[in-house]
Amino acid sequence: MSYVLLRHRDIPNLKQLDVYVENGGFQAFRKAVTEMQPDEVTGQVKISGLRGRGGAGFPTGLKWSFIDNNNWPHYVVANADESEPGTFKDRELMEENPYQFLEGLAIASYAVKAHTAYVYLRGEFWQVAHFLDACIAEMEKAGYLGDNLFGTDYSLRIYTHLGAGAYICGEETALLESLEGNRGQPRLRPPFPPSYGLYGKPTIVNNVETLTNVPLIIEHGGEWYRTFGTEKSPGVKLFSLSGNVAKPGNYELPLGTTFRELIFTHGGGIPNGRSIKAIMPAGASSSVLPATDEVLDTPMDYESVRTVGSDLGSASVIVIDDSFGMDWVINKTLHFFKHESCGKCTPCREGTYWMMNISDRLTQGRATQADIDLLESVARQIRGKSLCALGEFSTMAVVTSIERFRDDFEAKTRTEEAEG
Amino acid sequence: MNRLLAQYPQKVKDILAKYPPEHKRSAVMPLLYLAQGDKMHITRQDLVDVGEICGMTETEVESIVGFYTLYYEEPGGKFRIQVCTDLPCALRGADEFYAGLCERLGVEDGGTTDDGLITVEQVKCLAACHRAPMLQVQSGHGLDYHENLTVDLAMEIIEGLRQAAQAEEKEAQA
Repeated sequence: MSYVLLRHRDIPNLKQLDVYVENGGFQAFRKAVTEMQPDEVTGQVKISGLRGRGGAGFPTGLKWSFIDNNNWPHYVVANADESEPGTFKDRELMEENPYQFLEGLAIASYAVKAHTAYVYLRGEFWQVAHFLDACIAEMEKAGYLGDNLFGTDYSLRIYTHLGAGAYICGEETALLESLEGNRGQPRLRPPFPPSYGLYGKPTIVNNVETLTNVPLIIEHGGEWYRTFGTEKSPGVKLFSLSGNVAKPGNYELPLGTTFRELIFTHGGGIPNGRSIKAIMPAGASSSVLPATDEVLDTPMDYESVRTVGSDLGSASVIVIDDSFGMDWVINKTLHFFKHESCGKCTPCREGTYWMMNISDRLTQGRATQADIDLLESVARQIRGKSLCALGEFSTMAVVTSIERFRDDFEAKTRTEEAEG
Repeated sequence: MNRLLAQYPQKVKDILAKYPPEHKRSAVMPLLYLAQGDKMHITRQDLVDVGEICGMTETEVESIVGFYTLYYEEPGGKFRIQVCTDLPCALRGADEFYAGLCERLGVEDGGTTDDGLITVEQVKCLAACHRAPMLQVQSGHGLDYHENLTVDLAMEIIEGLRQAAQAEEKEAQA
């Protein structure tokens, strides 16, 4: 199968405008603008079954159809704030196949009748932002952005905007707040961005990978995209594979590929003579899965991963070998979430602090048996009590590690009692 | 006199052009990067200048500086060496790499070298998990990624930064 997203691996220099155009680039955007009504574009994306690749998996075409047509202007914002530990797929797309992403953003803008689109990049993607600025300038020069595109009255401009180091800005309403020049703190939802988004105007926020799928869907039709993946999770997905594997990296595979195929066939298995212990399928926010045969043979699609007790999320598969204790693993994730909690909701702000504190005691061998239950109790009390998913995310690995790898935690307290 | 308007009139104009004229506040983050510039921290006067351009009070601008980690209120090294030690990097030896780097530079976690050139610190995930250990260098010239590192390779990069800084200084004197 040839690539849908990582086409730069098949076509050298695809990041140059002329090479992209020679390989069919901007034909889909031209077709959309000159031959299709905006609703028809949304219709094809609906048929494709494309679901948001940022983690939530919400149907993309459905999201576009929610745009409020009684309130103008409309905006589209590409979420390029990729910050989930274990996720590095959008960066490769923007660095190596930038025009396909920008074309997808342009098509999405046409579909919801937006004339201005922003790419919100995390501050650390400074180089990527400057590269995209150059790509956007090339597109303007070649007549793919600007006024009267393809001889029609449709006009579109795209701008980049750099964040400055805040994981929370990957949450779409926090991202919009940040783009408006505020602290990146989430809004109460509803209203959702398609009715109340940037500057209070109807706005579609889509992940970079989601948008990069769009040109080929418009070119080949929605039905074509459904030939990949499963019935309920159609299409291809980028899997960011990291941790204790021989060949970490991005792998484009149909949804429904098993963990075993990703980790052992593509990723080359576990190095240093170690064996696989656990998998985090959705980065640091994952519920941790013990690497049993049942889990390894589970297809990686949105529904199947849920049946074994986790989520596919952004498909950032972190592999953990048997030399690591899960108490240490969650100590790492808790330091992350404590640092990244935006401070708006008390359960998340205080809860991440206390979970980190108890977890520090555990990894340093200063905890008692009761601390394990205390940690779990704090985690469970955060759930369902914050505006956005970050609070929830911070507890996933904690609760599931204690539940599924309790021995790792008890071993730490036993050492203490024996020495004490 | 507004330093940013005086020193970078075109850049300020380009930044403002990205946003609707009635939403100048959106320009606060790019303006703060511009203000931070080579000196790698934001002064009280910068807060006033940025606020004046985008219609915010000094306090409102400061709340932005305080919220986002890539802006600094205190002076640090000319170059900030930022090592990711989050879970995926740590599974590939980032903690040991970071400790080794601090030792070779003779600084504590978060410290600055005696010559004031290099601050070394741990940061959160940088979306480079498959090429750990890795670091980014933040300076007035932007941000650069360096991946698949050993302590020796990182020291070579730092040596390169030192030489570049010395050359720049000589040029400034001449």
